[in-house]
Amino acid sequence: MRGIDKSFGAIHANRNVTLEVAAGTIHGIVGENGAGKSTLMSILYGFHEADAGEILIGGRRTEIRTPRDAIAAGIGMVHQHFMLVETLSVVENVMLGAEDAFLLRGGRARARAELDRLSRDFGLSVHPDAIVGDLPVGELQRVEILKALYRQARILILDEPTGVLTPAETDQLFRILRLLREQGVTILLITHKLREIMEVTDSVSVMRGGEKVADRLTAATSREELAELMVGRKVRLELERTPARPRESVLAVRDLVVSDAFGVRRVDGVSFDLRGGEVVGIAGVSGNGQSELLETLAGIRPVSAGEIVVAGRRVDHAMPCDPAAMRRLGLAHVPEDRQRLGLVREFAAWECACLGYQDDAAYARGPLLDRAAMEAACRRFMADFDVRPPRPDLGAAKFSGGNQQKLILARELARAPAILLVGQPTRGVDIGAIEFIHRQIIAMRDRGAAILLVSSELEEVMALSDRILVMFQGRIVGELDGAAADERQLGLLMANAGAAAA
Amino acid sequence: MEEMLTIGLSALAATLRVATPLVFCAMAGLVSERAGVIDIGLEGKMLAAAFTSASVAAVSGSALIALLAAMALATLLGLLHGFACITHRGDQVVSGVAINIIAAGLTAVLGIHWFGRGGQTPDLPVEARFMPVLPVSATDAGAALPLRFLAEVLGGHNLLVYLAFLLVPLVWWLIGSSRFGLRLRAVGENPEVVDTAGISVEWLRYRAVMICGALCGMAGTYLAIAQNAAFTPNMTAGQGFIALAAMIFGKWRAFPALAACLLFGFLDAVAIRLQGVEIAGIGQVPVQLIQALPYILTVILLAGFIGRAVAPKAIGQPYLKER
Amino acid sequence: MSGGGRDLPGWLDAGLLPAVNVLLALFAGGLVVLLIGENPLHALVVLLRGAFGDLTALGYTLYYTTNFILTGLAVAVAFHAGLFNIGGEGQAYIGGLGIGLLLLALDRYLPAILLLPLGLVAAAAFGAAFAFVPAWLQAWRGSHVVITTIMFNFIASALMVYLMVNVLIAPGALNTESRGILPSGHLPQFHTIAAAFGFELPATPLNLSLLWALACCVLVYLYVWRSRWGYALRVVGHAPRAAVYAGIRPQRVTIAAMCISGALAGSVGFNEIAGVHHRLLLDFVAGYGFTGIAVALMGRNNPLGILLAALLFGTLYQGGAELAFEIPAFTREMVTVLQGFVILFSGALAYMNRPWIVRLHARLSPAREAG
Repeated sequence: MRGIDKSFGAIHANRNVTLEVAAGTIHGIVGENGAGKSTLMSILYGFHEADAGEILIGGRRTEIRTPRDAIAAGIGMVHQHFMLVETLSVVENVMLGAEDAFLLRGGRARARAELDRLSRDFGLSVHPDAIVGDLPVGELQRVEILKALYRQARILILDEPTGVLTPAETDQLFRILRLLREQGVTILLITHKLREIMEVTDSVSVMRGGEKVADRLTAATSREELAELMVGRKVRLELERTPARPRESVLAVRDLVVSDAFGVRRVDGVSFDLRGGEVVGIAGVSGNGQSELLETLAGIRPVSAGEIVVAGRRVDHAMPCDPAAMRRLGLAHVPEDRQRLGLVREFAAWECACLGYQDDAAYARGPLLDRAAMEAACRRFMADFDVRPPRPDLGAAKFSGGNQQKLILARELARAPAILLVGQPTRGVDIGAIEFIHRQIIAMRDRGAAILLVSSELEEVMALSDRILVMFQGRIVGELDGAAADERQLGLLMANAGAAAA
Repeated sequence: MEEMLTIGLSALAATLRVATPLVFCAMAGLVSERAGVIDIGLEGKMLAAAFTSASVAAVSGSALIALLAAMALATLLGLLHGFACITHRGDQVVSGVAINIIAAGLTAVLGIHWFGRGGQTPDLPVEARFMPVLPVSATDAGAALPLRFLAEVLGGHNLLVYLAFLLVPLVWWLIGSSRFGLRLRAVGENPEVVDTAGISVEWLRYRAVMICGALCGMAGTYLAIAQNAAFTPNMTAGQGFIALAAMIFGKWRAFPALAACLLFGFLDAVAIRLQGVEIAGIGQVPVQLIQALPYILTVILLAGFIGRAVAPKAIGQPYLKER
Repeated sequence: MSGGGRDLPGWLDAGLLPAVNVLLALFAGGLVVLLIGENPLHALVVLLRGAFGDLTALGYTLYYTTNFILTGLAVAVAFHAGLFNIGGEGQAYIGGLGIGLLLLALDRYLPAILLLPLGLVAAAAFGAAFAFVPAWLQAWRGSHVVITTIMFNFIASALMVYLMVNVLIAPGALNTESRGILPSGHLPQFHTIAAAFGFELPATPLNLSLLWALACCVLVYLYVWRSRWGYALRVVGHAPRAAVYAGIRPQRVTIAAMCISGALAGSVGFNEIAGVHHRLLLDFVAGYGFTGIAVALMGRNNPLGILLAALLFGTLYQGGAELAFEIPAFTREMVTVLQGFVILFSGALAYMNRPWIVRLHARLSPAREAG
């Protein structure tokens, strides 16, 4: 791939990326979330078209505009979110789009035979008539790989394949990948887990901020070097702050378990205390339970087991607490998903400025909302937090990410909460606003608030936190002193490589 | 006893007649909704087709040409639905409502303009209609029950009735055993999978709404020129919605939907025969209750009190490639 | 995708685009008029004269408008909560039953000043109760409100036929009608009020329920845009996850929105039963509930827009009747056709014209800034 460039609206997802992969090798692509790995691969697979650049396969220039072109060029992809139809059987999923003829019968027989052969050759055994929706995730992935192999893929892309696998399943996957390599299949493995790169790849490319920043032979590099390349040796954000003066605990979490709709434990036995006057940062690769933890503390998700004590009130499975009640207990929440949770895009700024506080007496005039009061509050927020343009009547969607975030932060800080939960405070926020937002958070701490920060930006966590908890697969796998923590140490903990290295 | 038997057999025969348009429409809705396109417009397409077939039959004198014309028109309405919901990603429910209302209005307006007579089309001669394929003479009362069942219940229907019941295994086979069916099932559950497999989501859905239209065309033709001898305004009288209910009741599957159509047809046939009849121990059963039963049962089913009706997952959502 | 998501100035999105859509619908209607061999412009003149030509015509036009305001608002309130209530027809029917039952039961005992407000409450309460079941099923059992409200329309119809034929029919009546309601249950009509003040107006069905419909416009505006509950309603409709974040319970809002919607539709009975027919009868809703969908789509779910759209449909209904009377080739169903086109172009194809308007705007606006 040469000079690949791709933008989605204002987001520049890939910047002039050139990637070269030798045939018959396993090539890893590492990078943090949002580094542009998945976009690059979806361009290779024809799901998105690049704005510029070209793709060469076997030395020949190949036009790939649709997945059909990619399949024809011998490219198969195992998506992070499996591209499987849950109500169909394994055979049907494998055949879909490659059915041979109008009647399924012949194709089905061939698919069955081929599945048989593949499962013998690679140990990819899956029951062909099982309904996909009934299968465990590990098997779903096997179906995805079978799907690609059935189409005779010579290049196989795997996007974060191990995120959903147990260690044993991961080992088995790697065995299969090595077998495939022996058969001459080229494999592109996208991951953020360095352990896997070291274990299975021949060579590796590192991506950061939409660009490819390095190519290495796996044998000639180390986890430490890759971690550094991944995170980037950016200047540590300078933030003047005095040491924390923690007070008593205002939020206690004990053996908290949060399961999702499918019964998967997203948060798995987490305990910690949050004291007034300190910032506790939660570091971790996205998808390791930080979001669920935050949403549970905010009252959005129910507690499955364990308990939370907020300002003296106990919250557990039997005694849930909704977000409105949490707010009354003095808890404020700046959500991770600003666009969908933090504001209503269709609303004017002044309406968003009281989201969550709409029942507050300050905004009420009998049964009606006091529009004047709401607009005044919004104008105050805008002035205090330098929101531009300072126009309460403008639609929320029309503000830039940074200004939206400042408005949300202003709203949540306005009531001097005892506890502040902040998720991804500076995601998609311009540099100027980042510093401002950080200073506000520290000022809040100095006024005695307890702050829990979730961020996938390592520098941010380090710059703001007095203590850092690292989450991996729903558990807290490490606690570091904010002042003493360094990037490499954190990066290794986040990738859960530290445990293996130790 | 003998009288009861005669009534029973005639009720069963009536069940088949009443169920026929329901079967056509339910299969039509099934094909569309399995592809992820909600179709509230079954009623309107059937009504427009009924009008077309009756008008064309009156002019051409040929039942076959009338059938083809009705199918073509209903297919066009299906394409209109597709144009709104697939190409322009409009709301599928709104589009269906629009088609229903346009059909109700246009059939009346054009009917009155062309034929006068308050919107009714001219009475058709036998040659321009679908008539019983095998004219069965009434068996005598003494014949064996299986023979009477064959003759009085299964025999004596027109071609479209048999076509409707043949359609069910055909749809079952198409959905379950053909490439088209496999892709159809996939696109209704998860269009992104279909897209990544290199198949056009739009074209698949367009084919589904066209098939849906054609089948509604057969239903309308049956109503106007097989079951009746002319079109009368609003003659579908909610049968499109009963078919929709039957399809949901059959959980979007061909044979269970057929069973629901037969059940609803039977309820209708019984309701007419029970009018004013006292049943020992119960008294008079309100006819309206029996007529409302399909709707009530469907609501209860949807509420999850009898089994669970799970719609195709992607139903109602226009497909938009995600970042 | 071509420019479909680009920003447009508010007046284009809220003014020009809907206007273009309505014009397309009228144009399509004009084609149908041509198809049956009439001159659309002539038809338009007859229609307008039929709707506004004299006070009688105006009275009828406003009487129809009353119903359309109510059913249009009903659809709009549900829409703001992200719900599509197709059950206005059934809710209006049952609302009529509610007020009819109340008036028939109490017209002998209460004076009009007590009876009529009670009747309005009964109409709204019955309509709301009939909407409550689909709402509850949607909120707590996940059954889709579109399908259940369709089913409930048919259930309402069957229930009414049963009650009228078996229970409420007046002894010895030729039609399936209840006995007449006594004058204490009659909502004053405009011409009788005018007569009391010494003015003479022609007799039309127009009655005080028009004021109620207008009040509903104001109330719905206050509810949806100015009250806390309306705020919650719109958050749920736009961003259900933000609603949960904000401590709003979507289930409660869903049920409240549907009940208010049902109450609005139900108060069609106030106009029809207490204001016009003065007895219970079959099929008095006559499609007003379905027309409400077109009214709401055309009025962009906004009370002022709904008022205008309702007036347009009132005009079409009354003018259409006149048209059918004057030009034999016409039937009232012409209005139904037009209504369908409005739903098609203003609803299902609402964004069909957006890309080219965006392109046109993009091409024209730099020119304007330069000049």
